[in-house]
Amino acid sequence: MSEFALTLRHELVGLGGIVERNIYLTKRYLLWDIAFLVWTIANTLTIVFIARGVGLSAAAQNSLETKLLVGGVIWAFLGIIFEIVTETVAWERWEGTIEYTFMAPVSRPVHLIGMGVYAVIYGMLRAGILFVAVVAFIGIHLPHANYGAALALLAIASVSFIGIGMMCAVLPLISPEKGTQLGFIAQGLMLVVSGVYYPVSVLPHWMQWIATISPATYALRGDRASVLHGAGIAWADVWPLLVIGAAAIPLGLLIFRLGERYAKKHGKLKRSG
Amino acid sequence: MSTLAAPRSLDTSVLAETPAVEVRDLRKDFVRRNRKAGLFARKRWPAIQDVTFTMARGECVAILGQNGSGKSTLVRLLSTLLINDGGEARIFGHDAFRETRAIRKLVNRVSVEASFFKKMSAAENLSYAARFYGMTPKQTRHKIPEILGRVGFPPERRNEAMEHLSRGMQQKVALARALLTSPVLLLLDEPTTGLDPRSKLEVQEFIKEVRRLHDATILLCTHDMNEAETLADRIGILDRGELLFLEPVEDVKRRFGVETLEEAFFAATGRAFEEEEHEDDEQREVFG
Repeated sequence: MSEFALTLRHELVGLGGIVERNIYLTKRYLLWDIAFLVWTIANTLTIVFIARGVGLSAAAQNSLETKLLVGGVIWAFLGIIFEIVTETVAWERWEGTIEYTFMAPVSRPVHLIGMGVYAVIYGMLRAGILFVAVVAFIGIHLPHANYGAALALLAIASVSFIGIGMMCAVLPLISPEKGTQLGFIAQGLMLVVSGVYYPVSVLPHWMQWIATISPATYALRGDRASVLHGAGIAWADVWPLLVIGAAAIPLGLLIFRLGERYAKKHGKLKRSG
Repeated sequence: MSTLAAPRSLDTSVLAETPAVEVRDLRKDFVRRNRKAGLFARKRWPAIQDVTFTMARGECVAILGQNGSGKSTLVRLLSTLLINDGGEARIFGHDAFRETRAIRKLVNRVSVEASFFKKMSAAENLSYAARFYGMTPKQTRHKIPEILGRVGFPPERRNEAMEHLSRGMQQKVALARALLTSPVLLLLDEPTTGLDPRSKLEVQEFIKEVRRLHDATILLCTHDMNEAETLADRIGILDRGELLFLEPVEDVKRRFGVETLEEAFFAATGRAFEEEEHEDDEQREVFG
């Protein structure tokens, strides 16, 4: 086997190890995860029920419920991705394993992408359960929904979400006490400008401009069209996601690399920070 | 086949000819706010100052020092977790600060804290560590119970969560984790601190066995003088970031005309080994 093939195999085994470890952790914290899922379902229900109080016709109400539901599900999905990727460092520091992981011979891109792969798998699963639970509870009619297109677009958007998550993952490395909370701020800002429960057009102009560089804008727009009207994947949503993803992953890796270097220089790469 | 075979990527001729560790004028400082001197004032603490030493392949060297002396900083520099502020360090010829990927394949460590995912079992934690070194599930299925048995950990308990294991058991799993990856340089940072006497002896016996059977080079950082004397070929004292000497234990005693290492420490530093630390030592300990 050539040196390149050996290295590739080594990295893929390492990537599998990250996913495997996260599966172990999910199994061990299953009750906590179930509790959090129930909370997310309740939270999404409170938002979707808003459509019932507006006094619309049955069709318009169904449409608004669907729009809010898609917003809630994507918020939850994005939340999971951000939580898992940005806590790449925070988890390890909390458990005390950070030094062992960061001195292991696996490249940082593979480490971070492994976290991202698990986040997408786990996030899709949770988003699916959330969607089905809310649809069943409220009784939303989705006769034209194109779930394949909605999931495919979400998968494409995930690349950008992971890249932005990587940029935020560096925050706990630089600031052990405040880093994770700063990641939440980044997540919140992205959703505010992306039209999570309202059209982007209602935002001030400067926020609409920021919305154009947020991947969530295109994921929300495309998924709403697929779930409500059965639309396929629109190129108008795909190409911005591809461009943002192509920029976000390398940028995320670069920022993380610089952050890791800073942490090594200042002695922050250890369990107590 | 030996559990501790040399990693495939390692050129064995390089191993034979090159010193295992070469450290020259190594320096690491930490900077912290100094409120006494002003709102934005910073103070620089030298954690390691111009440390120079060499270790031959297969050698066991003990570095003795009080808390805050710089032992952990030295280990973290050699395990690619810190970037130096001066000097250089080479491990089997590789620059420890530039060729980190090559270094990481050669080095593993056991620190004073066992450091595991507490809810995960010993087997799961070891699997996780092994994957980073390219070991597949097929390879670890048999290797994990085997190596746990060798460190004196009952293999039938390998599926219990780490949080349910005693400190001694956790430290044995930490040893197993280090050895599972076949390191040619093993960095032991107070591996027996906090263990009961029996566990301590078991761990020490295992360290001797690793060295005897597998030709691993070992850097042992400890404040246990008996442990250093029992395990090491040469002993050095690291005091407030400075390596005072590094010699065979008999040479140390002869140099200072003393009977014990405690007396040698006193003769070299003017302080008793267990003496109260200075405020700067505390800062060094926090950062190091």
